[in-house]
Amino acid sequence: MQSEVPQSHPVLAALAAWDSHSFTSWSAELGETLIWVTPARIVFVCRYLRDEQGFERLSGLSAIDRYPLEPRFEVLYLLHSIARNIRLKIKVALPGADPIVPSVTPVWEGANWYEREAFDLFGVRFEGHPNLQRILLPEGWEGHPLRRDFPVHGHKYSYQDE
Amino acid sequence: MSDLETNTAGAVEPEHEAAPAPTRRMVLNMGPQHPSTHGVLRIILELDGEIIRRAEPDIGFLHTGIEKQAEALNWQQVVTLTDRMDYLSNLGNNLAYALPVEKLLQIEIPPHAQWMRVMLTELSRISSHLVWLGTHALDLGAMTVFFYCFREREDILRIFEMFSGQRLMTSYIRIGGLALEPPRGWQQAVRTFNDALPSKIDEYEDLLNTNPIFLRRVQGVGQLGLARLLALGVSGPMIRAAGLAWDIRKAEPYSSYEKFDFDVPVYQESDVWARYRVRIEEMRQSQRIVSQALEGMPGGPWKADAPKVVLPDREKMKTQMEALIYHFKIVTEGFSVPAGEAYVPTESPRGEIGFYVVSDGTAKPLRVFMRTPSFGNLQALPALFEGHLVADSVAALGSMDFVLGDVDR
Repeated sequence: MQSEVPQSHPVLAALAAWDSHSFTSWSAELGETLIWVTPARIVFVCRYLRDEQGFERLSGLSAIDRYPLEPRFEVLYLLHSIARNIRLKIKVALPGADPIVPSVTPVWEGANWYEREAFDLFGVRFEGHPNLQRILLPEGWEGHPLRRDFPVHGHKYSYQDE
Repeated sequence: MSDLETNTAGAVEPEHEAAPAPTRRMVLNMGPQHPSTHGVLRIILELDGEIIRRAEPDIGFLHTGIEKQAEALNWQQVVTLTDRMDYLSNLGNNLAYALPVEKLLQIEIPPHAQWMRVMLTELSRISSHLVWLGTHALDLGAMTVFFYCFREREDILRIFEMFSGQRLMTSYIRIGGLALEPPRGWQQAVRTFNDALPSKIDEYEDLLNTNPIFLRRVQGVGQLGLARLLALGVSGPMIRAAGLAWDIRKAEPYSSYEKFDFDVPVYQESDVWARYRVRIEEMRQSQRIVSQALEGMPGGPWKADAPKVVLPDREKMKTQMEALIYHFKIVTEGFSVPAGEAYVPTESPRGEIGFYVVSDGTAKPLRVFMRTPSFGNLQALPALFEGHLVADSVAALGSMDFVLGDVDR
């Protein structure tokens, strides 16, 4: 994590000039730029990146579970600008106890299913999501399988009960 | 319906809209076992007469927890899972997974393996488009095309079997190169197929391009503006059929795609017809890439020089101590990948496929996020359906070309 913002980077320099608190830290390992944003600012930052920096696509959205470390969850946003041909990763760190982050569906309509998937598999809640329900698993499923403390085998669910 | 302004083109409005009679809406369950949903997709349709007022896709019937399983297998074993997501473009998936892991490992893939990967990925793109074309035409009542397409697909599957011993679940592209040495006589097999393909594509076009029934069912159907498609996260041929020349093979070349000469077909109409034209043209371009690969295939090793990752040759394993040790370690515990995260987008037949791999420095992935094109594309389904006739829904659905295994993983 470097602290000084590179003036040469097209997006980071503009972001820092727009709001010096827009991201807390950044890195550029293996040629992939990553910024860390606080949950409170994620929607503003995303809206700015879409409107002013040309990131018209949210390529993907998911989460990473760092159990047993804390903050446990990282929500990952993969942004893409076709016109400028650049990609940007955004991460938001969330605590394990009650992971809540504002939804970016108002910014990109396509975030809808990705956020439902992250809710379904990780139990991260997206505030302001229009329809935050399970998407892949059955409605009565208990737990969130992609959490690291969820067993790969031996869960209780049986399709006989349906 | 306020969010549908961009989707009014071609929408059918009932003539008696002003009538005060209460509208009766019928809820129709399409799928999960419906022949034109191509897999197990359930769509809950709310009908007002013959017009779809609301469409709600219900997915997850094929969810097998591939991302969870990936965390329990070692790095190389995950390749076999990627075959099973999008089972029509298995080699493309193998490649999309191998690239970010190789990026983390920082291993250099020799040119022969890179070109071989391109050639096989393009063959699997042709085979995927053939399945799409055959089933899409079948949905719309043209049965002959289906048999013709599957005839050519069979030839491609034989080529895959020749390379890997498997027709569908090839797992032929591995981290560090290829699984096996390319078989003797592969040039002849690929050339025979590839030289014949353009005339076969002409045949499909002869059957469909002037077929009045097909034309009336596809032209002007399933239209959606480019801006809306991008906002919904759609990628691939649907974007190119909406007028944007965006192909990841050109924009962010990987595996030496920059050395190949091919065009990106673009159509403006953004309807089912334009998507059909784009995919037909893509098959022709893939055929061009395969012939260039045949002509200019570089020689050299087919796997990387990375003894800690790639299994040694059988001969070396029996004669050299180090090779035996590496072989034992790779087989028993796998190889560890340096801690870090990487994402490499690639162009699958359906759009952007990429694996976001996270390593904590051990022999198993910490997380593999599979950004699959079908999942992103399927979100556009309500926008394509709502306000249109039930009969057109099958055409619009087919034009999206999704694979449910890829959606649900």
